[in-house]
Amino acid sequence: MTKKSEIKKGDPETTGHSWDGIEEFNNPLPRWWVWVFYATIVWGVIYTIAYPAWPLVNSATAGVMGWSTRANVAAEIAAAEEANAAINERLASVELASIADDAELSTYAVSAGSAVFKTWCAQCHGSGAAGAKGYPNLLDDAWLWGGDIENIHYTISHGIRNEDDPDARYSEMPAFGRDELLSGEEIDQVVNYVMSLSGEPQDASLVEAGAEVFSYNCAACHGEDAQGDNLQGAPNLADAIWLYGGDYDTIHNTVYYSRFGVMPPWSEEASPAGRLSEAEIRAVATYVHQLGGGE
Amino acid sequence: MSTDDKKPPMPASATGAGDRPKKKSILDRHKILETNATLLLIFSFLVVTVGGIVQIAPLFYLENTIEEVEGMRPYTPLELAGREIYVREGCYVCHSQMIRPMRDEVERYGHYSLAAESMYDHPFQWGSKRTGPDLARVGGRYSDEWHVDHLRDPQSVVPESVMPKYGFLERTMIDGRYIEDVMSVHHFVGVPYTEEQLANAQADFRAQADPDSDYDGLLERYGEESVNVRNFDGQVGISEADALIAYLQMLGTLVDFSTFTPDASR
Repeated sequence: MTKKSEIKKGDPETTGHSWDGIEEFNNPLPRWWVWVFYATIVWGVIYTIAYPAWPLVNSATAGVMGWSTRANVAAEIAAAEEANAAINERLASVELASIADDAELSTYAVSAGSAVFKTWCAQCHGSGAAGAKGYPNLLDDAWLWGGDIENIHYTISHGIRNEDDPDARYSEMPAFGRDELLSGEEIDQVVNYVMSLSGEPQDASLVEAGAEVFSYNCAACHGEDAQGDNLQGAPNLADAIWLYGGDYDTIHNTVYYSRFGVMPPWSEEASPAGRLSEAEIRAVATYVHQLGGGE
Repeated sequence: MSTDDKKPPMPASATGAGDRPKKKSILDRHKILETNATLLLIFSFLVVTVGGIVQIAPLFYLENTIEEVEGMRPYTPLELAGREIYVREGCYVCHSQMIRPMRDEVERYGHYSLAAESMYDHPFQWGSKRTGPDLARVGGRYSDEWHVDHLRDPQSVVPESVMPKYGFLERTMIDGRYIEDVMSVHHFVGVPYTEEQLANAQADFRAQADPDSDYDGLLERYGEESVNVRNFDGQVGISEADALIAYLQMLGTLVDFSTFTPDASR
């Protein structure tokens, strides 16, 4: 015999299901839960009226709140631009050299330039501007194309040896070895001479011959005294500051194959994506100029 | 339950002897579904289908979701090969290609991405994780030399980076032997490669990585303005690094935002 179920008086109804004689009370859902459930439905309906939601024939309902992601971001950017419009306009129009003398302008330019630098420049020149092999250190006194504010501004605007900007700074060191302009012996000599300018050569006996090779082949750009030439982006070879490295093998590679460092242009006209405004370029030029090495 | 052969008593509702009203309420009808697993499955599926149709189907016909922009073109064979490498190496795991419409992203990466900019991506590379930066507009942002240095040893240029080294790419040569097949598959799923583009796939593949080649046909087929013809990795021959850098250097460069203003209401 099935055991008699023990339903007491006052218990709720059962669901009517019975499994092996086990029955289930049909308890109502907690009232608070039911009301929250109804509230979410009401909220959902209000939400779809307030915000873009229902697809119709040609477009979706726009929502009575008039909300739009694109309009929001445009408004946010416009607000930020408007807030800085006056000082940006001043920054873009004053004499470059006078920025440093204007306390308000230079404070603004340095902090704005710092943000620009960390976004656009840090990947090559390092987040602290100390550079990396092949990417110049911007903290020191050595400048390839000049370290005064005008030259820094020009370099940032037009870049170096790129294809996008016809006004880009350009120079090209010959590949003395690959293109057979110098013999292996001559390269060996001139590398030792260059090493002797700022340190110890690998083979001191070759230095004298190297000096002669240098004056015939290298001095036109790097100068008789190897002090370099900012007009041609020819580095100073006597200051023990090296872009690619000052050991024998690296200098040998540089002479043999030459180097061809490229920097993109950042001005709105030349950059493929029109990246930095004149005020932003001036800001980052000011930032770089005040890092320590500015002339 | 005992093993007695007498049947257990039927529950009250099953015998119809309960105190329920005779007219069936909606809950009674719903009970038919609840007590029949197959019917429940079928009707659940129908409900989910309705939800899916309402959410997905309008995207294919609503005018404001299909934004036409000028400048988009299918990938060149070399770029497509680079994209295959991008997918193969799982770059999308750490890099997104989706600039969201927020001020911080727009100021860092450039104009927010448009749906149309992914129109020839199968599959799209929007990604959902940014261990590295977004790459949707990385094209033209760095020099080719930087990309070579950075792929070879990311920490040499960005000391803070956690990106692995991909130096093997520049040592792995590719000949584009199968690039026409890859393009055919993309054509099959809707990328409008022309017969001419398919027929010249291999020639265009080689021409783009060699500035001394006869690349006029390549420019004619894909567009003079938007195709970079360079020896991307600076070495003899076409390596995987050539293809990948060709791809990276065109990302986000096709739409000219100086002449195109997206509709603000979308």
